[in-house]
Amino acid sequence: MSTIALNTSSAIGNAAAADASAPVRIAVKDLNFYYGDFRSLKDISLDFYDRQVTALIGPSGCGKSTLLRTFNRIYSLYPEQRAEGQILLDGQNVLSPSVDVNELRARVGMVFQKPTPFPMSIYDNIAFGIKLYEKLSKSELDDRVEEALRKAALWDEAKDKLRQSGMGLSGGQQQRLCIARTIAQRPEVILLDEPTSALDPISTGKIEELIEQLRSEFTIVIVTHNMQQAARISQFTAFMYLGELVEFGPTTRMFMNPVKKQTQDYITGRFG
Amino acid sequence: MDTALPARVAPTTVAPAPWGRVRRSRHVANQALKIICTLFTILGATVLGWILLMLLYEGIGGLSPAVFTETTPGPGSQGGGIANALVGSLILTFLGIVVATPVGVLAGTYLAEYGKGSKLAEIIRFVNDILLAAPSILIGLFVYMLMVQPMGGYSGWAGGVALAIIAVPVIVRTTEDMLRLVPGSLREAGAALGAPMSTVIIHISWKAARAGMVTGILLATARIAGETAPLLFTALNNNFWFNPTLMGGVSNLPVMIFQFALSPYENWRELAWAGALIITMSILALSVVARLLLRKDKAR
Repeated sequence: MSTIALNTSSAIGNAAAADASAPVRIAVKDLNFYYGDFRSLKDISLDFYDRQVTALIGPSGCGKSTLLRTFNRIYSLYPEQRAEGQILLDGQNVLSPSVDVNELRARVGMVFQKPTPFPMSIYDNIAFGIKLYEKLSKSELDDRVEEALRKAALWDEAKDKLRQSGMGLSGGQQQRLCIARTIAQRPEVILLDEPTSALDPISTGKIEELIEQLRSEFTIVIVTHNMQQAARISQFTAFMYLGELVEFGPTTRMFMNPVKKQTQDYITGRFG
Repeated sequence: MDTALPARVAPTTVAPAPWGRVRRSRHVANQALKIICTLFTILGATVLGWILLMLLYEGIGGLSPAVFTETTPGPGSQGGGIANALVGSLILTFLGIVVATPVGVLAGTYLAEYGKGSKLAEIIRFVNDILLAAPSILIGLFVYMLMVQPMGGYSGWAGGVALAIIAVPVIVRTTEDMLRLVPGSLREAGAALGAPMSTVIIHISWKAARAGMVTGILLATARIAGETAPLLFTALNNNFWFNPTLMGGVSNLPVMIFQFALSPYENWRELAWAGALIITMSILALSVVARLLLRKDKAR
């Protein structure tokens, strides 16, 4: 076995065990996705459990980010992209045209690979999302900003410079600001698209700790290229390859006893 | 000196060095191009420096407090200033930019944010590029027909509109270019919070591109401050204080310079030099401010 596999196994079991009795929060049914004529997701059916971290893993181009981007319909910013099938969030199909896309995005938050602080102060970065959907007094808003920064483990570093530009923070702090901005809206689901791939190991560690804490409140889906990370922080893992879901199950089982050979090969570093 | 070092042993199999493979003519061509480019750069810079030096040399002598306080003198008389032309130019430029900014910024925003990939946007962009290069005298004639004729006379309002038409394509272009530099990931991040497109544009895209957009507006201001041709048919000129309603001819620097410089009166020609120096320095100052703004934004 390769050293990658050894490292990976040492990370297994660090995360809390999967709770198979948790209710299903998002149910994906026969989902197909097209970039123009190219079909990049093929009949995906998959359940995501309430207040569990589900990791989507697989080689580049396998469709894991594409899948993530259907949950808040962010793909619909681009006219040539379309999704077919069903994504049931608490039983309601979010792909249905009757669902207001902006309201959906307030319920399903997203954090991107590269930190994307808005060109405004730290305070305004967080207040921006809250003010879109809630009319709060100044002091209520202050409380919400503080609460979000505390939850994102950024309060101590940022409390003295709330009026300074969010662009002045370090990369890791910027990413925690983006997480704070997302949770400030009190969403139900948080989508993380390779949130640590642009960060150094220390910042990565902080974000991983944060994800572990956020799990008690939010249903989390994370796309990651880093299998140790998937093993460390997720309760469930889905392995995708060439637009198809190869295998899904509790993370421990996926890494210890993968059923499919492809999964085994990928997590032991034989391809991908 | 380094006697302590062992003598270098030549390797036994030395491949002949591949010198001479690059033909001499290539070196010559390389040197020649370098020399030609340098020469023409010097030529361009010399002409520019010459103009500035001449302006300073001729203009500084004519500068005096009276230039800024007194109105243009009668033909052949002594003294006087260009206060009416200075104030008129300020008003006309201000009018032009106030009209052009909303039109230009909003049209540029349409092109960069809403019209992505649409046929209409492509046509507008093409027309805008034509307008950018349109002879300014044509624009003067156009506004003459559009406003001066129906209103029954020259006016500052017509002059402002003519200048605005010159400024709009500049602002459209810079606004679009600057908004295109805003990374798509920022727009996605805004949309991911459930912000409608209008909110993303106003609070995120515009904010991110602010410095560049302001720079574009400043450069457009500098551009119209020195325009002469569009004013000839619209604001004309006025050798006295103009009517505060801006009806009738409104004095302005470029046309004043045009008239005075061609006159046979020594005093007028001196005032023309002073006016030219003032206008050039103002444009220079605007450009420097625009550059500083951009640099400050990049450093942030």
